[in-house]
Amino acid sequence: MKSEKKWELRLYVAGKTERSVTALRNLQKYCEEHLKGQYKIEVVDLLEKPQLAEGDQILAVPTLVRKVPEPIRKIIGDLSNEEKVLVGLNIIPA
Amino acid sequence: MTRERKIKNTDTSYKTLPKVPSGISGLDEITMGGFPKGRPTLICGDAGCGKTLMCVEFIVKGATLYNEPGVFMAFEESREDLAMNVASLGFDIERLQKDNKIKVDHVRIEREEIEETGEYNLDGIFIRLGYAIDSIGAKRVVLDTIENLFSGLENESIVRSELRRLFGWLKEKGVTALITGEKGNGMFTRQGLEEYVSDCVIFLDHRIIDQVSTRRLRIVKYRGSVHGTNEYPFLIDEDGISVLPITSLSLNKQVSSERVSSGIPALDKMMGGKGFYKGGSVLVSGTAGTGKTSIAAYFANQVCNEGKKCIYFAFEESPRQIIRNMKSINLNLEKHINKGLLQFSASRPTLYGLEMHLVSIYKAIKAFKPDVVILDPITNLITIGAMSEVKSMLIRLIDFLQDEQITVMFTALTLNPAVSDQTDEGVSSLVDTWLLVRDIESNGERNRGLYVIKSRGMKHSNQVREFIITDNGLDLVDVYLGPDGVLIGSAREARKIEEQTGFALRDYAVNAKDREINRQRKTLEAKISSLKNEFESTEEQLNRIYNEELLRKQVLEKTREQMTRMRRGDENGAAPKTPKNKK
Repeated sequence: MKSEKKWELRLYVAGKTERSVTALRNLQKYCEEHLKGQYKIEVVDLLEKPQLAEGDQILAVPTLVRKVPEPIRKIIGDLSNEEKVLVGLNIIPA
Repeated sequence: MTRERKIKNTDTSYKTLPKVPSGISGLDEITMGGFPKGRPTLICGDAGCGKTLMCVEFIVKGATLYNEPGVFMAFEESREDLAMNVASLGFDIERLQKDNKIKVDHVRIEREEIEETGEYNLDGIFIRLGYAIDSIGAKRVVLDTIENLFSGLENESIVRSELRRLFGWLKEKGVTALITGEKGNGMFTRQGLEEYVSDCVIFLDHRIIDQVSTRRLRIVKYRGSVHGTNEYPFLIDEDGISVLPITSLSLNKQVSSERVSSGIPALDKMMGGKGFYKGGSVLVSGTAGTGKTSIAAYFANQVCNEGKKCIYFAFEESPRQIIRNMKSINLNLEKHINKGLLQFSASRPTLYGLEMHLVSIYKAIKAFKPDVVILDPITNLITIGAMSEVKSMLIRLIDFLQDEQITVMFTALTLNPAVSDQTDEGVSSLVDTWLLVRDIESNGERNRGLYVIKSRGMKHSNQVREFIITDNGLDLVDVYLGPDGVLIGSAREARKIEEQTGFALRDYAVNAKDREINRQRKTLEAKISSLKNEFESTEEQLNRIYNEELLRKQVLEKTREQMTRMRRGDENGAAPKTPKNKK
């Protein structure tokens, strides 16, 4: 099951703001619905690890980065629009 | 007006705006100290006008000269591209990054990679920037070009409000920031960044006039500070940006009463016997082939002989050509070059614009630190600029040289002899000394006449001298002023010979006259002696007659006495008394 994790997602936030909490909650919900058992979410708090912001070219927070599968995709915002997120992550075709 | 305000500022004890020197040559003079410390400054202009370069120089100079580390946030170029682009200017960004003096952060925005959904802010940029600033203790920040955010993100209102927050945050951080923006339609920047950055706005411009490009810089506004308001030309070359203040604000310059020999003793003699003033400006004008370059080369030679340095800007001939040509008048310039006292800087006037010329002259002078500068000839600069532009350029050059106490000699070609007394690129009124070399045509030959038309602050000859160029060098000779006017050239020589003949003839004539007089005297003397003789003989004759008469009288007397005595028979009586009484 571990090796089956086809989706590696990383969510960049800056502190525990309302927006970041919303974003994480939205993400978890979509993943459970569509990618159950196949995903891994890593949350990076840039206030704690600011040096990581440059590597993934983070401009805005919150930013969701799809590391795997390639190519890298980014979605910024609180991920409130489900369809946009799913299309953005290429989970469902556009 | 600006000067008055400046004086007021310095007189009062109000705290003035603290500034950060940019390290860009010339810019700090215009901004009177640099960019506002701890505030953002907007640099705007068209593509390719040098915005990024100015920012890079600001960061690099800060790190190397002022010990102020800097963060360069590039929204356009990648770190590698940027390093490579500015390496040509001698900026080693890679090394400075290793030394933690500079941090370059490339913010890549790919629109197709990013999907937006819902609310967000740009804390990512804040965090990156804050992290970069804190990691090296940066005092300077560049955001180049932050407008790219507008093209990368859909939600313009968020970008706008975040930018406003960003500039406020930068101020809070106390970093001196440069923000670049591309020129927009009717606005300084495409996205109206000037709204957010209101402390200092600098506008760069790149214009092409008559196929010659000139970069210019203008300070649109600088809140809380006095600044130059003109458009200032600037230059990008292998040493980065050099800005050139157009006009020096004041005329209170150092003056020297030291004199510099022109290298031609007779010319020095025409100017009070000592030559030009040190730090003065000399114009040598004349028609083609009158020996202007020779005069300039002689001056250069003299300066180098005295162990001083001279820089020679040649706009017409190549240095080799000048050296060869000057050998023909017994002038060896090569030895001065080898000694490092003489430097030639040759360029075609059309190579680049006037401003560029001025800046390159300026830089060469700053680097070489000469005592004397020669520009030969300034006439050709006309081909790349209008008369007024050339004049303003030369004014600035003269100003600068006077400040540095450098003597300058210009040569100028006068094309039309009829107006030769009038203007020479309009600088004749500016220069301190004006020498005019002129062809004087007479008797089927052309000769050169040299005039000192003006020479401020010294007694100078009002005479025309004939200027001769021989295998041995240059010299001035007095022209012959005869009853028929001024004689020069072979006419003068002929007259000289004629005069010499005249002298001989006169000597001879005088001798002849002397002899004649002698002879006359002798004759007269002879006459006098003969007259004397005559006189003596006459006198003698007279004496003889007188004596005869006396004698006769005595005899007569005697005879009469004897007769009386005989009659009276009285021999011893009063007879002798009587005749005496009767007498």
